[in-house]
Amino acid sequence: MTESPSSEPEPPSPKPRAAAGNGMRLVVPLQGVVQGRGGLILGSLIPCALFYFLQLYLKRHRSPKPPASSSNPPSPSSSSPNLGDLARTSSRSNLLGRGSIVPVRLSSRGMAIAKPNDSPYYVGLDKVAGDRFHRVDNPEGIIQLGLSENTLCFDLIERWMKENLMDSLMGGDGAELSINGMATYQPFDGLMELKVAMADFMSRVMGKGVSFNPSQMVLMAGATPAIEILTFCLADHGNAFLIPTPYYPGFDRDIKFRTGVELIPVHCRSTDNFMLTVTALDQAYNQARKRGLKVRGILFSNPSNPVGNILSRETLYELLDFAQEKNIHIISDEIFAGSLYGTAEEFVSVAEIIEGEEFDKSRVHIIYGLSKDLSLPGFRVGVVYSYNENVLAAAKRLTRFSSISAPTQRLLISMLSDAKFIEEYIETNRKRIRRMYDLFVGGLDQLGIRCAKSSGGLYCWADMSVLIALYSEKGELELWDKLLNVGKVNVTPGSACHCIEPGWFRCCFTALAEEDVPLVMERIGKVAEMCKSGH
Amino acid sequence: MTRSPEPDENSKPSSNIGGGGGGVTTAMRVIIPLQGVVQGRGGVFLGSVIPCALFYFLQLYLRRNRDDPREADDRSNPQNSEPRDDSGSSGQQLAEIHGFHRTSSRNLLSPRSPAGRAYVSGRASVIAKSPGGSESPYYAGMRKATEDPYDETGNPNGIIQLGLAQNKLTMDLVKEWLVKHATEAIVGGGGDDGDDEHLSINGVSTYQPCDGLMDLKVAVSSFMSQCMEHSVSFNPSNMVLTAGETPAIEILAFSLADAGNAFLVPTPYYPGFDRDVKWRTGVEIIPVPCRSADNFALSITSLDRAFNQAKKRGLRVRGVLISNPTSPVGNLLTRETLYSILDFARDKNIHVVSNELFVGSSHGRADEEFVSIAELVDEVDKERLHLVYGLSKDISLPGFRVGVIYSFNDTVLSAARHLTRFSPVSGPTQHLLIAMLSDVQFVQEFVKVNRERLRRTFDAFAGGLKKMGIDCAESNGGFFCWANMSEWISSYSEKGELELWDKLLKTGKVSVTPGSCCHCIEPGWFRFCFATLTEREIPVVLERIRGVAESCKSQS
Repeated sequence: MTESPSSEPEPPSPKPRAAAGNGMRLVVPLQGVVQGRGGLILGSLIPCALFYFLQLYLKRHRSPKPPASSSNPPSPSSSSPNLGDLARTSSRSNLLGRGSIVPVRLSSRGMAIAKPNDSPYYVGLDKVAGDRFHRVDNPEGIIQLGLSENTLCFDLIERWMKENLMDSLMGGDGAELSINGMATYQPFDGLMELKVAMADFMSRVMGKGVSFNPSQMVLMAGATPAIEILTFCLADHGNAFLIPTPYYPGFDRDIKFRTGVELIPVHCRSTDNFMLTVTALDQAYNQARKRGLKVRGILFSNPSNPVGNILSRETLYELLDFAQEKNIHIISDEIFAGSLYGTAEEFVSVAEIIEGEEFDKSRVHIIYGLSKDLSLPGFRVGVVYSYNENVLAAAKRLTRFSSISAPTQRLLISMLSDAKFIEEYIETNRKRIRRMYDLFVGGLDQLGIRCAKSSGGLYCWADMSVLIALYSEKGELELWDKLLNVGKVNVTPGSACHCIEPGWFRCCFTALAEEDVPLVMERIGKVAEMCKSGH
Repeated sequence: MTRSPEPDENSKPSSNIGGGGGGVTTAMRVIIPLQGVVQGRGGVFLGSVIPCALFYFLQLYLRRNRDDPREADDRSNPQNSEPRDDSGSSGQQLAEIHGFHRTSSRNLLSPRSPAGRAYVSGRASVIAKSPGGSESPYYAGMRKATEDPYDETGNPNGIIQLGLAQNKLTMDLVKEWLVKHATEAIVGGGGDDGDDEHLSINGVSTYQPCDGLMDLKVAVSSFMSQCMEHSVSFNPSNMVLTAGETPAIEILAFSLADAGNAFLVPTPYYPGFDRDVKWRTGVEIIPVPCRSADNFALSITSLDRAFNQAKKRGLRVRGVLISNPTSPVGNLLTRETLYSILDFARDKNIHVVSNELFVGSSHGRADEEFVSIAELVDEVDKERLHLVYGLSKDISLPGFRVGVIYSFNDTVLSAARHLTRFSPVSGPTQHLLIAMLSDVQFVQEFVKVNRERLRRTFDAFAGGLKKMGIDCAESNGGFFCWANMSEWISSYSEKGELELWDKLLKTGKVSVTPGSCCHCIEPGWFRFCFATLTEREIPVVLERIRGVAESCKSQS
């Protein structure tokens, strides 16, 4: 972009000179074409030049840094700094067409990130934060069904913490050693002990004797930075990932905020129960290529978020073949792998698939975390599990920006190593999710709202298209707004998940107490009645 | 530099563009547009419009290729490449420019892209591989010391770590506190009724705001004021908490500067900045050299010079990043210096980021006053002032990973809050710290004892070095002695310095940080972190350094 200022002295010259010599032609260039005297060139070159100026103008406004830097004369006055400041501001504001009250510029990416939340996903979450339902203190508050968190097994965790906290932080008798291992600098990518414990936990959760190698693991402060770091490692600015829709609304920030990587939606439809098909994948891939985008990988969640269905073994094979054929990466977000409630389908980790077969492992990466399966989102622990050494090396270095605090690591090492507790926890957790799922989906069913078939996750994917006035995103958002403001229930509309069919909503039920389910149903029912009578 | 093709294009008539339409009537003019100028018949116009159009195409071409590492990949992967049509026509003459932009990424890629290997992003390759193939002595030394750590009884011949900035002098106090209060802090008091306990675990393990709990912000702001001896009070709502000061700096760099912009940083500076500021943000660091003759104090003249040089190079400077107390030197910035930095920033309309990580670890003479940048805030300037802080140094808890961004700029705060989703502080840690920092008595005693012990260790260590004839720069804060060993280096250059560093590490078994890692322009300075040493270790370290010193002298 540095060349744009250099052209600056150039542009003014053609116009005046041309106006002197060929005033007519310049004013009415097409006339020249009609008259046939050299007009063909002029007729094509003048618009071309004009277009060039337009581009120059646009570019200046879009990313004004280089022109501003070189066309800005050094500060004129040093005698009175205030005066100097004033003069500079105004001239800059002329240049940029911005408000004159901008004293000091931020980066354009900073400005973009600072913008307030506009996705209904975040608007809803913010709204709940201000007026959260509580059975006793705030019975009129908003019930949170928009955040996938699991509080069903808090009693188990709390009991464990009470019993073991001190030992895990301080160690039984080797207190000296332990404080040294907690307060001092630790490797940024996680303690080896925690990686070992985590690998063990993951194979327990994913079942079927898939074993994970702790040295292929990088730990960081949550699955969010895990995804961002992986994106940084796999794609350059301007590259793209394919992602089946509907997808988790947070990906838009995780992936696009800082890395500059784009997401190409691969649309899945309700007729396939939102299952990913390779045909759709291929279509999206080709379209992206046509747009000049370089696709670097496929990112999918399994069990999927927000639908909750599970990718079959065959689909996974197809995905791997596709990735191999196009020479791109596969990122499998398996953060809900332990939160299964279905019995019909079995969950298959991509780690299991590549174990036996002749796939190029170096293109496969798994994201995991403890926020969902161990219901510890506040602990902020995420995992990148990769078979690619370069990715691991880069990710390890990048964890300096997002490392897990040592007391948390100590706590988790002993918690995850407590085999009895973990076993009991996984068992109980599945049972309780199952129970809530049955209650919640059953309740919706009685209201005439059907959910997509699902086997895992902390949510259900409900089809409320019968309730929306207009079969469009607008109608969907109207219903969402009604649910939030009249019904006092915060759900996530499908459009926030980039679902192409309007009328779908994600409802997370694992942060509810069982006795609150009837109340939720009553509130949703009320809104449903309103909508039906409004027709 | 990218300008160079333009004059070429202007002077070199080229026949391939515009030929389609113009060939019929004015072929001559198109082929030799300058002839038209000479002949005067409409040629002035054509003579200027045609180069202009050519230039436009050039720009289009350049832009297409610019942000586009995909091409680098295409080239190194022949099976995968689809020749991009636009590079075909005018590609030849532009080959140089073309290569110029992307050399680094291509170099890194080509050696290891055998057929069909999945591509790793250019930036990841840069991060994964250290430039030049060898690791910086800063990290190499730390790694060596971790592999073979000194232990008085277990490994008496191990390497003593003086290269990592951490404070172990007051760890006993922290431990004592944790033993007494940790469970209560995280799980809630034992004596309360059931409901309260439930609430407490709820607050620890559920989703919390990523930018830190308000309670912790309040506690941190009062701790900061305490460290600054209540000369300033901090407003918790201007604060964003992150998982360490490393991400705090990165987030600020992201928010204040775009890729390709630059920060001015006085040297010598903390070696980690090279990673924190540059890696992912694409922001550059312009060193502002400070000299031993001024005891490495920052002068506005050199700041100005660096600024102008950066401008000449076409870099847009977005801010000044200072450390106060400076790291590694350890001196304090005076009020006058701070004011002149502010004036400078106002004059150039740039930001000031002040890294005040070591404020609570000042151990210097009482007559030296610490002045925080937050003290100097006035209405005009507050938008451009940002403060970085952390608990890793002043309360010696680097393992806890807590950093602070304190800013008066609402947009920066808002962007930073959104970005903390990538580096939040863990829940249990937050609750531990809320309890710890709210314990006024503990904090008061901690700060006092910590300063005393730092002072004592500094005196013992710097005194020992002085006896050997090694002078340290005057220092009032931090964990470091910034020692001048230039008399001992065999050649007065970076090479000589690194040889001595190597000798200290391999023969002396002491890991230190050479000045060149801190971008110090004078060779022969070394950073010794004394705060990790116990009283009994000091004589051992001094003895080892003396050993190396004598071998150096006998050689010369």
